Amino acid sequence: MTQLFLEQALNGLQFGLMLFLLAAGLTLVFGIMDCINLAHGSLYMVGAYLVAAAAQAADSFWIGLGAGVAGAAVLGLLLELSLFRQLYKRDHLSQVLATFALILIANEAVRIIWGAQPVMLNPPEALSGPVEIGNFFYPAYRLVIIGFGLAVAGLLYLLVAKSRVGMWVRAGASNREMTEALGINVQALFTAVFVFGTALCALAGGLLGPLLAVQVGMGESVLILAFVVIIIGGIGSIRGALVGSLIVGSVDTLGRALLPTLLRALLPADAASTLGPALASILIYLLMAGILFFKPQGLFPARA
Amino acid sequence: MAFYRPAPYQKPVAIAVLLAMLALPSVLTAFGQEFYIGFATRVLIFALAASSLNLVLGFGGMFSLGHAAFFGVGAYAAATCLNSGIGDALLAFPLAMLAAGLFALVVGAISLRTRGVYFIMITLAFAQMAYYLFISARVWGGDDGLSLASRMTLGGFSLSSDSALYFVALACLALSIVFLGRLADARFGRVIQAIRENETRMEALGYPVFRYRLICFALGGALAGLAGALLANLTGLASPNLLQWTQSGTLLVMVIIGGVGYLYGGVVGALVLLCLEEVLAGFTLHWHIALGLLLLGIVLFAPKGVAALFGKRHG
Amino acid sequence: MAEALLEVRSLSRRFAAVDALQGVNFSVEAGEVHALIGPNGAGKTTFIHHVSGALQPDSGSVHFSGADVTALSMHQRVAAGMARSYQITNVFLGLSALDNVALAVQGRADAGSSFRFWKPARNEQRLFDEAHDFLNQVGLAWRAESLAGNLAHGEQRALELAMALATRPKMLLLDEPMAGAGPEESARMVELIEHLARHVTILLVEHDMNAVFRLADRVSVLVNGCLICTGTPDEVRADPEVRRAYLGDHL
Ligand SMILES: Nc1ncnc2c1ncn2[C@@H]1O[C@H](COP(=O)(O)OP(=O)(O)OP(=O)(O)O)[C@@H](O)[C@H]1O
Ligand SMILES: [Mg+2]
Repeated sequence: MTQLFLEQALNGLQFGLMLFLLAAGLTLVFGIMDCINLAHGSLYMVGAYLVAAAAQAADSFWIGLGAGVAGAAVLGLLLELSLFRQLYKRDHLSQVLATFALILIANEAVRIIWGAQPVMLNPPEALSGPVEIGNFFYPAYRLVIIGFGLAVAGLLYLLVAKSRVGMWVRAGASNREMTEALGINVQALFTAVFVFGTALCALAGGLLGPLLAVQVGMGESVLILAFVVIIIGGIGSIRGALVGSLIVGSVDTLGRALLPTLLRALLPADAASTLGPALASILIYLLMAGILFFKPQGLFPARA
Repeated sequence: MAFYRPAPYQKPVAIAVLLAMLALPSVLTAFGQEFYIGFATRVLIFALAASSLNLVLGFGGMFSLGHAAFFGVGAYAAATCLNSGIGDALLAFPLAMLAAGLFALVVGAISLRTRGVYFIMITLAFAQMAYYLFISARVWGGDDGLSLASRMTLGGFSLSSDSALYFVALACLALSIVFLGRLADARFGRVIQAIRENETRMEALGYPVFRYRLICFALGGALAGLAGALLANLTGLASPNLLQWTQSGTLLVMVIIGGVGYLYGGVVGALVLLCLEEVLAGFTLHWHIALGLLLLGIVLFAPKGVAALFGKRHG
Repeated sequence: MAEALLEVRSLSRRFAAVDALQGVNFSVEAGEVHALIGPNGAGKTTFIHHVSGALQPDSGSVHFSGADVTALSMHQRVAAGMARSYQITNVFLGLSALDNVALAVQGRADAGSSFRFWKPARNEQRLFDEAHDFLNQVGLAWRAESLAGNLAHGEQRALELAMALATRPKMLLLDEPMAGAGPEESARMVELIEHLARHVTILLVEHDMNAVFRLADRVSVLVNGCLICTGTPDEVRADPEVRRAYLGDHL
């Protein structure tokens, strides 16, 4: 039991950290630009495909990861310059419509280029086996993902909390007009944040590729999870995104793994087997509703 | 923006269109194109669903991105009714509306405490919650959805023929449009439109803004539930796909194409989008790309919405 | 002494780095015109926001008509008899002047429920007759059908006042009703307020000292979020602290 719990806790941590990579860029785009971007999940999907394609061409996962993430960043840059720059000024309706259109285009383009079948992405040879932690075995590759996630989270924390750019970003999230008044080149800042966010979500896509199927539509359900993270954490807050990701990642993973068992102990078998999976699948949404009820602005509101 | 006022030509045009719609099944049958009766029914049903979103978004100013959840709940409620012996639409449809309306009431009660981007994301998240609930609960058939053993009856008349269902859908849509038109002009409609323009001012005039918004949101949910119940009858299935967030996106696109805050916006949008789909899909497998580019074009080159291309809203 | 209609007790509010209100004690007697003056940024608008319920204080309480209304929302306070106008004109620019006031009439409890979904409100003669009366009171009847967005600035100020009146308040909270108005418009507004003061209690925030000393029964002075003095216009004019802190050589 404790072994199962530990394993699931690690899985939850890994999932949470990957969600953080997705949510970090998104929460800044929402918070600083007041722009809703539904296509963030598509960038994640495209990132995963690019990594898979590059890894196959180079016959190396790591080269593929680097090239794929770089490719996605370039794509993000082009998108920002051509489309998003115009969208920031527009109302939410236009933003939703335009980014919804991007999803349709991205899904179909991927289907044309790579076909409708999922694409395989193999983890690096050396990491494909399990390692022994204490008294149980855990896939080495997942440990590497956790390491990556922690490193990025730490880096991002230093960047946002300590650096000058980070200060601008924080200022932008809490008071945009003020930032502009201070003479900071807001447009360049927006571009940088957007491209950085794209690279982060492509990184998440590439890292998760070997664990999940790289396929059309993979970005959409995870996008909504990222939304839940941002709602819980508070729009525009990196700290909120981190806490929210870890909460959502672990609650979802542990809920799915442990709740059915737990319910079986408490309820008649029949009721438990009907209720268990259903409850587990909506657990994070209930959690979100609960948090919202007490804190409509999320746990760490960036704007007072 | 002003209160909604229909253009003077609107009523005669609507009546003419209604008469033509009444004749449509016989015309299609005469030309041996019965297949299209089903398609026309689909258009009517989506027109109703999009109109219900237009009530929430266009008149109430609430940017919900989870409206398909109420659509889906209506479909599941109808299927559940039928499978548990309530096979008459006169009872089952109101029950479906009640279920969807109550769900909307709960979702609204939590989400309407927030604004802006937050509200958009939260409605989306709640819709996703409903989606997961339906696919993971075995009583509702999981991934496969809940199929209907047969179509319902209406006051004893069977709806098993396509034209019978068509007429019921037409009646539901026509009645809903009449209701929405009256509502826009009634006290409640004036209040929600004024709240859309300036909620703080309305609070300062003594209006409990939250309550009005919530009722509007729940009414929209109930009407979407009616559309869902009709769709379940048409397809013989309450499918989890109905609750998918892309479905909410589709409804939204319909409203925007047809005209946000225009009485017939949802109807026009559903007609245009579904026909476009039908035509584009005939040309290419990858018609989503064409649709996506079209939408992008609309956003970039018709910034005030397509409706603004055709004329002004206010008389 | 008569029971105060409005009583504010040790009201405090802090915005980030600004102490906008610091332990303000303040009361308005039924029937009086009470002016609140103070330099720019003193916290007058913030005070009105807290009285009307648009903002919640960090500490302190607001009592109206003998009841603690601190926890009530804005619309509940309106129902209890408070109405406000805004410093920056806040009307429905896309609606006619008449529709603006009719909305205010319709919001009153005695005008019946607004959860009516079928009968066209347009045909409710009573609503519009009454709205017309309020427009008449502020001298705007002849502009009833004009879009509020097309009204001149002074007319919009008057419309704002008509909307507040249409809620039939016990007390009016007027935030700089003369703001941005020309001398003629101001004179008309002063006359109007003088006339209204016979029927309704008024809390008036205003920079125009001539207007203040002509209209007010009592004057309070707010400086940097602190209420430094309350008294009759003559007492306030004579108060050395007021002279030093604010009025200087205006008087
Ligand atoms: N929402 C807010 N957030 C932060 N600071 C605020 C906010 N509202 C007001 N302030 C600050 O509180 C102080 C008081 O502002 P307020 O608008 O109440 O002044 P005022 O007396 O009405 O001034 P004026 O005569 O110019 O209308 C000012 O320093 C202002 O900058
Ligand atoms: Mg002020």
